[in-house]
Amino acid sequence: MTGYLLRRCLGAVVVMWAVATLVFFMLRIVPGDPLSAMLFDAADPAAADELRIKFGLDQPLPVQYAKWFWLVLQGDLGNSIYGSRIPVSQILIEAAPRTFSLAVLAFVVSVLIAIPAGLISALKRGQPIDHGVTFIAFLGLSMPDFWLGILLIILFAASLGWLPAIGYEPLSNGFWPWLSHLILPAIAAGTAFSAIIARMVRSSMLEVLKTDYVRVAAARGLTPWRVVMGYAFPNALIPVITVMGIAFGLLMAAAVVVETVFAIKGLGRILIEGILNRDYPVVQGAILAVSFIFVFVNLLVDVLYVAIDPRIRIE
Amino acid sequence: MTDSAVTPGDPPPRRASVIRMILRDRRALAGAVFLAVLTVAAVFAPLLSPYDPNAMDYMMLDPPHAAHPLGVDDLGRDLLSRIVHGARVSLFVGLVTVAIALVAGVALGVAAGYYRGWADTLIMRYIDLQWAFPNILIAVYLVAVFGTGLANVIVAISLAYLDDFARIARGMTLSVKEEQYVTAARALGLSDLRIMLRHILPNITAPVIVLATVSVSNAILAEAVLSFLGLGVSANTPTWGLILSEARSFVSRAWWLGIFPGLAIMLTVLSINFLGDALRDVLDVRESRDIA
Repeated sequence: MTGYLLRRCLGAVVVMWAVATLVFFMLRIVPGDPLSAMLFDAADPAAADELRIKFGLDQPLPVQYAKWFWLVLQGDLGNSIYGSRIPVSQILIEAAPRTFSLAVLAFVVSVLIAIPAGLISALKRGQPIDHGVTFIAFLGLSMPDFWLGILLIILFAASLGWLPAIGYEPLSNGFWPWLSHLILPAIAAGTAFSAIIARMVRSSMLEVLKTDYVRVAAARGLTPWRVVMGYAFPNALIPVITVMGIAFGLLMAAAVVVETVFAIKGLGRILIEGILNRDYPVVQGAILAVSFIFVFVNLLVDVLYVAIDPRIRIE
Repeated sequence: MTDSAVTPGDPPPRRASVIRMILRDRRALAGAVFLAVLTVAAVFAPLLSPYDPNAMDYMMLDPPHAAHPLGVDDLGRDLLSRIVHGARVSLFVGLVTVAIALVAGVALGVAAGYYRGWADTLIMRYIDLQWAFPNILIAVYLVAVFGTGLANVIVAISLAYLDDFARIARGMTLSVKEEQYVTAARALGLSDLRIMLRHILPNITAPVIVLATVSVSNAILAEAVLSFLGLGVSANTPTWGLILSEARSFVSRAWWLGIFPGLAIMLTVLSINFLGDALRDVLDVRESRDIA
């Protein structure tokens, strides 16, 4: 098992290296020269050359790459090219908790809804409640996340006034201010994920309920509750966790988009604003940060999978 | 990550019977009707839409009424006309990007699977890398590199969806390559290109067609997301994502601005997915990865 985990960790490191390298070279090779934007479109060629030398842009690309990579390894992602030239790492450190809060809350809310919904749907197969769950899941899957966010704002913020429409409050300002600002974004970002998980729980449970060991457990006279909770559900969870790992990417991508709807200055918003401002150090840093979360979560799912399914451990 | 496990089944049924079988599915029929109406509206938008989509009027934020069935936006522009014009961009981008992703992806995938070797390894390493991230995010990354505008958005979305096609085409090619008719074709001395075009390609079409259908709806969504984020086609072309983005500050006072453009996106995506589901059943394609 140690070997497996080591291999996976190494794989994650290689993916991060590949992303960093691709981002570096693509931003520099693609025509349109993002660097001229970085040089404030200097009209005076001499001044431009001076800036080029100052930023080390006169050196060959591989040398620039090596220097850049060495700095990135030390956590130095450069400075924003705008305003007070704040270090990119500082911008990302401020934004990360917002995205993290949103993603975790979206995950928790969707799982809390999806698992009972999927279970009931499987146990009451073919009954009205099953059709209801299936229909809602289908709807949730077809709704663009940013539109769902707007609908939630219209209903719960504008019409009913129950929750704030936009913004973010850090957890240090109190639990309720933090939570109330994140409930609507979390629902918007988590709905598609929730629908996928609910469908997966349903089909996986239906599969497991047909197995011999569940029939034996029922034949031994165990209560239906114990049969479901003790035998069927834990086994049905294994494929669900795999799908969670794959679908978590969807949830994160949705979080990146939904941040814009709710004006939350998280990593996604930082990335988008960076692109709009052509602030390339920020874009580079934000892509690396968002990608890092992806790679890390994928790794986490693999580890979790080993912990849950003993069969993988033996291999 | 799961591989797309696709079983090469019987040869796909004839075109006419495929269409008949799909239309027997009520949801697919509804989807087809909606898409037909939408396509006509999009193609003839300048003739059909009641107003110029960019013409401004003094009736700002007017709710839906007889003269403006879907209401008016903050600059006094007719929402129905804007949505109808938005359909042009959505359908055009959706179809063009998938066409590019399909042709390039299938070509790469078939070549990689047929020749194997270092080119295959190189292509698949990149495909695997892209596979680790959701397509929408890849599209955002690529717009970050290429910049905004219609051509760049099309390139970004095409590249973002290319990996799906390359993967499925390579997987199918690997299994079809072992069939006896390919060995026979090779024994007859046919060229590699001919074998790929005449003997491999026709036998991998079914899953590719199904993937293409689903991808069109995803590409339409991707374009809407990019436009919504301000990374889209342009600020002067009405697109569904842009209309929603502009509506954001006004939805508390003007619900119609938030509801109708989103409804257009959802109904379009839903219609295409219904068609895709029916197509999947008819062509008998089993895919383990039905989330994209």
